[in-house]
Amino acid sequence: MRTATFPGDYKSLEKISEFVVQAARQAGLNEHATYQVDLAVDEACCNIIDHAYGGEGLGEMTCSVEIHPDKLTVIIKDTGRPFDPSRVPEPKLDAPLEEVKRRGAGFYLMRKIMDELHYKHSPEEGNVLVLVKKK
Amino acid sequence: MEISTTQFKRCDVVKASGRVDSSTAPELEQALNAITNAGRYKIVLDMSDITFMSSKGWWVLIDTQKTCKRYKRGELVLVNVRGEIRSSLDLVGMGSYFKIFDDVTTAVGSF
Repeated sequence: MRTATFPGDYKSLEKISEFVVQAARQAGLNEHATYQVDLAVDEACCNIIDHAYGGEGLGEMTCSVEIHPDKLTVIIKDTGRPFDPSRVPEPKLDAPLEEVKRRGAGFYLMRKIMDELHYKHSPEEGNVLVLVKKK
Repeated sequence: MEISTTQFKRCDVVKASGRVDSSTAPELEQALNAITNAGRYKIVLDMSDITFMSSKGWWVLIDTQKTCKRYKRGELVLVNVRGEIRSSLDLVGMGSYFKIFDDVTTAVGSF
């Protein structure tokens, strides 16, 4: 397992991307799956900055990668506000352009493109999001 | 991210390259807003060299499309969208809001 900690800023996103893309390639994921991991992790970290911390520069994000023979696991931790995944609204997929709402699209997408998504919160560890992509 | 804008008679062509995430999406937003704020609503976005786009980037495109299509005064069309970006847009139902062309000439010709 490799772990790296990044400041909770938008500028960190590219560095986090490099970190997880390298792991995805080492895990043997194809280009399409690698892009999906890159995207899911970007969406997760944006949610941490925007919602858990409520802005840039207010906390850190710790990202760990585990390379398994059949999958890649990415674990992202933060110490911001907890959230309830069941309360994230599902985007309306057939909404007319004028009525498209921002909320929830990133999280919905994460669930769609990853094979597994687990979230838990504890006082000791804070928010822990586990993303799994199979080969 | 690098962005260039070329103004043609019938539309504006914007070419952006690299990664569009929360850090760089505001630059793309500025470039597109500069065109719509000048009263020009027919825009071609050449995405040939955009390697990555997160939902922050899509929202820039959605907001611009809303502005352009208001009063039927124009449209934002996309060119050469990477397969992975296109499939993620389709997964959240956003692909249907944009016409996508294979090359800039055809996109410009559509106006």
